[in-house]
Amino acid sequence: MEILETAFMQRALIAALLVGITAPAIGIYLVQRRQALMGDGIGHVAMTGVGLGFLLSTNPIWMATLVSVVGAVTMELIRAYGRTRGDIALAMLFYGGMAGGVLLINVSDTGSTGDLSSFLFGSLSSVSDSDLIAIGALAAFVVLVSVGLRRQLFAVSQDEEFARVTGLPVRFLNLLIAVTAAVTVSVAMRVVGLLLVSALMVVPVAAAQQISRSFRATFALAVGIGVAVTLAGTTTSYYQDVPPGATIVLLAIAVFIALTALATPLARLRARRTEAARAGADGRGTGAPECPSETLSEVPRTRLPGDDVKV
Amino acid sequence: MSEPAIAADGETAIGDAVISMRGARATLGSRPVLRGVDLTVRRGEVVALLGANGSGKSTAVRSVIGQIPLTEGEIELFGTGLRRFRQWSRVGYVPQRTTAASGVPATVREVVSSGRLSRTRLGLLSRADRAAVDRAIALVGLADRAKDSVGALSGGQHQRVLIARALASEPKLLIMDEPMAGVDLASQEILAATLRDQVAAGTTVLLVLHELGAIEPLIDRAVVLRDGCVVHDGPPPKAVGQHALPGHDHVHPHAADEPLRTGLLT
Repeated sequence: MEILETAFMQRALIAALLVGITAPAIGIYLVQRRQALMGDGIGHVAMTGVGLGFLLSTNPIWMATLVSVVGAVTMELIRAYGRTRGDIALAMLFYGGMAGGVLLINVSDTGSTGDLSSFLFGSLSSVSDSDLIAIGALAAFVVLVSVGLRRQLFAVSQDEEFARVTGLPVRFLNLLIAVTAAVTVSVAMRVVGLLLVSALMVVPVAAAQQISRSFRATFALAVGIGVAVTLAGTTTSYYQDVPPGATIVLLAIAVFIALTALATPLARLRARRTEAARAGADGRGTGAPECPSETLSEVPRTRLPGDDVKV
Repeated sequence: MSEPAIAADGETAIGDAVISMRGARATLGSRPVLRGVDLTVRRGEVVALLGANGSGKSTAVRSVIGQIPLTEGEIELFGTGLRRFRQWSRVGYVPQRTTAASGVPATVREVVSSGRLSRTRLGLLSRADRAAVDRAIALVGLADRAKDSVGALSGGQHQRVLIARALASEPKLLIMDEPMAGVDLASQEILAATLRDQVAAGTTVLLVLHELGAIEPLIDRAVVLRDGCVVHDGPPPKAVGQHALPGHDHVHPHAADEPLRTGLLT
């Protein structure tokens, strides 16, 4: 395979693989908590981190991680304690983050708005060796949290009040989800870009849950879809010279549409199979038992037409 | 009231207070919801908390589990102050059922398993834990639905899942917030039977109820709240009297003497 021969494509594919695993893995908890757009907010905040990275001439990934973690923790604290106008506070954070990024990158000597755009929309050729090390370390953290603590995170995301009564450290776990989401944004920004990170956290999960019945299956399927679309998108981007982030997201949405279309016939098939199993157990052959027709006549006529009349 | 004696194995002696709430005051926003509530539930008792909508009964149980902080007063669970209480596996909680399902599908077993977390270390389920989860699912009569998505269940079945989740940790104290609300008759009877078995095994129960209904024979004591104050603490009111309870101003969508359906002529 020609694509695997160049060093930058090897790095890009490894990075894409890690993004495909981590983004849906933490995204599923965000979807479960109905915070699907949180990743988007973190992505905006991370831009300030990228700008700061250029200004201080450090690796933008680490700087973005730092700033987006701070931003995510702030968002979680606003969610937990903020009683009024939480949405306004979040909006300040989102747009402040974006504006800060644009400003800082223009102030710095090394960066330009063009550099920023590679972070906004992702770019394959820009994944360096040191980036790959950073992405690998951060991805390991995300996988460790989202898989290792899946039962705790599931409980907290399912029902926070109940989780507190089981003695789980709810506040800590909430912060952990926020921090992990922030780290995932930094992992993904090189490949899909900051503006499209959130899509990869949400769309594979949304696609998977069209046909799954359990959390476990949704998780596995979402990660599978994530890996498939990131690898396919990166490859397409290499051959067709289209931006990788946009290709990946459009592929993910195509998978979502395909699975949504598949959902209804699949549900029908499952229902038929359950009925067949029940009928087999009863020894009555195939097909669902019809409603016995005599029940209709058993319904007592409790209400006469005159009951309704009130003059 | 003095501190209840705690036996060496951590079990409170028979008759000791499992829940003890004294002078509880709480506000939601700026509105006082509890205005000096005293509530004691002793070991093995089944206590119903009754009252109209907005009388503070849900707030009372939610403050017992630490979800709503008190502005004044104190709460003890099993003789330990709520702030220092850590043995959450002894408490089973059934929240008021919310109609909004979670964003991601989950099976009955997955949801019930999360109730077992208080008994596990680092969230790893041992074989005994899995058996306890299966037992809890069987108790509420959903063994054949264990692999089904919670979203595919009826309201009554969903409520049974939440009760199974609370029972998964084999608690000594069950706290239930309106377990019968919006539950069909068949599920109500299964719930009552489940509860009867739990009570027979010595579990202490505190329930918030709107109407006594199918679980009435189980109830030892009723506490009636009105505007955040206890107005009755004693034997449960008789069935005929439940709508005449002090503080019961539940507004029905129809008057009793009118037909349910109303036509154009009315």
